[in-house]
Amino acid sequence: MTTSTNLVYLIALPLFSAALLLLLGRIADKWGHIFATLISGSVFVIGVAEFFAMQGRDGEARAATQKVFEWISVGTFQVDASLLLDQLSICFVLLISGVGTLIHIYSIAYMSHDHDRRRFFAYLNLFIAAMLLLVLGDSYLNLYVGWEGVGLASYLLIGFWNQKPAYATAAKKAFVANRVGDLGLSLAIMIAFTQFGTVTFAGVKEGASGASAGALTAIGAMLLLAAAGKSAQFPLQSWLGDAMAGPTPVSALIHAATMVTAGVYLITRSNFIFDASPTAQLMVVIVGAITLLFGALIGTAKDDIKKALAASTMSQIGYMILATGLGPVGYAFAIMHLLTHGFFKAGMFLGAGSVMHGMNDEVNMRRYGAIRKVMPITAATFGLGYLAILGVPPFAGFYSKDKIIETAFNAGGIEGILLGGATLLGAAITAFYMTRVMVLTFAGTKRWDENAHPHESPILMWAPMAILAIGSVTSGFLLNSGSALVNWLQPVVNEHHEHHSEEFLPPLVVSTMALVFVAIGVAFAVLKYRTVPLIAPLDVSIFTKAARKDLYQDSFNEAVLMRPGQKLTAGLVITDYKVIDGLVRSVGWVIQTISSALRSIQNGYVRSYALIMVLGVLALVTAIWMVTL
Amino acid sequence: MDIANYIYLSVLLFTIGAIGVVIRRNAIVVFMCIELMLNAANLAFVTFSRIHGNLSGQVASFFTMVVAACEVVVGLAIIVTIYRSRRSASVDDASLLKR
Repeated sequence: MTTSTNLVYLIALPLFSAALLLLLGRIADKWGHIFATLISGSVFVIGVAEFFAMQGRDGEARAATQKVFEWISVGTFQVDASLLLDQLSICFVLLISGVGTLIHIYSIAYMSHDHDRRRFFAYLNLFIAAMLLLVLGDSYLNLYVGWEGVGLASYLLIGFWNQKPAYATAAKKAFVANRVGDLGLSLAIMIAFTQFGTVTFAGVKEGASGASAGALTAIGAMLLLAAAGKSAQFPLQSWLGDAMAGPTPVSALIHAATMVTAGVYLITRSNFIFDASPTAQLMVVIVGAITLLFGALIGTAKDDIKKALAASTMSQIGYMILATGLGPVGYAFAIMHLLTHGFFKAGMFLGAGSVMHGMNDEVNMRRYGAIRKVMPITAATFGLGYLAILGVPPFAGFYSKDKIIETAFNAGGIEGILLGGATLLGAAITAFYMTRVMVLTFAGTKRWDENAHPHESPILMWAPMAILAIGSVTSGFLLNSGSALVNWLQPVVNEHHEHHSEEFLPPLVVSTMALVFVAIGVAFAVLKYRTVPLIAPLDVSIFTKAARKDLYQDSFNEAVLMRPGQKLTAGLVITDYKVIDGLVRSVGWVIQTISSALRSIQNGYVRSYALIMVLGVLALVTAIWMVTL
Repeated sequence: MDIANYIYLSVLLFTIGAIGVVIRRNAIVVFMCIELMLNAANLAFVTFSRIHGNLSGQVASFFTMVVAACEVVVGLAIIVTIYRSRRSASVDDASLLKR
């Protein structure tokens, strides 16, 4: 461990900038966006400097810590506000600040017509600060602060255009769904504290080796709940689609590249707990497998380009969660997919934003078509992201997704076949819906309105898209060459070397199978969408209907959670009114009745007071006389 | 003559005074009844002083007279003021404290 003094600036700079821009108000309107972008850029520079400093150190000394201040000190309970930058955190720091800076630049142009652009950038910087705190905290409690911070930033940014009630509702929905997950995280922290007496990662890791299986499974399950809430995993995934109400750069940064991957980070960071509890791992794998199919199916039926991409995000994070559930071999691949996904999905979201920007904020893909002719750069960058998510070699997704499919098959036995099958099927459906998005948006004939005049976006917008597209092409190869990322992360996630289990299928076979499945998906989509009706057809199969309605997740939540919740609330209100208030009111009534009886004595006539006094004196004298007698 | 008769007289005067305070409405009459009670008490003091053969009772009666004089001053002043503002000396009309 090395001590560092620079880590705090990673968080303090954007936090300061956010506070400054919010407090200054309209004064900062002129330069707020540039200031925020510079801050974000300087955070990226610090991150890169730290990365190279880490390269220069060896083994144990690579990870750096910084104690910022003593936060809580109660008896034996000690929590410092300490930061930890290790091999895992630095991946996230670079992703968050790098992609974050690109999206800041993009937003300067994208939000140029919005008179609240300064507030938008303040929130973006707030998000960067919170997300960096999340990945840099050295204890679960520090992580929790960041965890809540990104939830707040996400809420503020989804509801950025809160003058539209539907958008405000979407923000609220995201916040509430996230709260359910946050409950899981706080419970996990409490269980960890009662079991181990500490909440630092190092302390919990030490304690986990001697802890009971039940406690570890409980912590694991609660951490999984937290991850499900933040990463939009089954059964808490319903908020992500609605979160697309936020401005598109927000969808790219928060709801594709960084915040929604916090669950993957949490599970990877807590690898010592999941490795020690096969039950918790099994739950993780199941949640991941369900979500990757769930998201992919929803993606096939969405006509809103952003919602289709959101469903895709859900599905891709399902892949990552599944990988983290596969034990020490899976973590590095989950992180690798997370990084490559960060590039290609952010790039595609920015591409979608670019299309919307040129099309008067039209999001219905049925009204696009042939956009490649008017937006060649957007089409090219989107296309590279498309090839990356499909997993076509040598694009990024090929390296990361095939590794996950391979690892899933190698899980062994019936489990391996089921998981591998699910990931392969997911790959095929992914190919189908992404091809659908491509075909509907960029290919075919133009279907847009007369008054839409699509045009290529300014350089401030396409430059970040181009950089992300380059990342989508190269990142997989770079991260995978010589198992670079696997070796890099090895000290964090893979301490006890597992003996290599027999490979179920050789990598070449897996890749070939994946490519065949992808080709089938692409072919299906190309054939199906040769002609595109302007209005979504109604005579569709029951599956399409279900997918259009997010597989009835909202209806389910409404029927099972919301309605009974409302009933319960109504019942509690009545109970409160009748029982609690009734009790209080009857106390008042009794006192009031007694008082009005007593009040009649006070008639205001001096004579009667005198009489009472005389009677009182007589009574007193009599009493004294009786006693002395 | 039996000295106890003075005590009986004192009790009688005091009772008349007390009853007067309770049943009369005119403030002046009530005031006079209070004076009657004070004087009944004075009579009792003096009588007991005589019975016990010391002067403590006599001294106490002087104090009572002084206090009574002060009380007359204050009391009459109040009565006159009330009469001026309400054109009535009835104690029942002065029941504003009830509200």
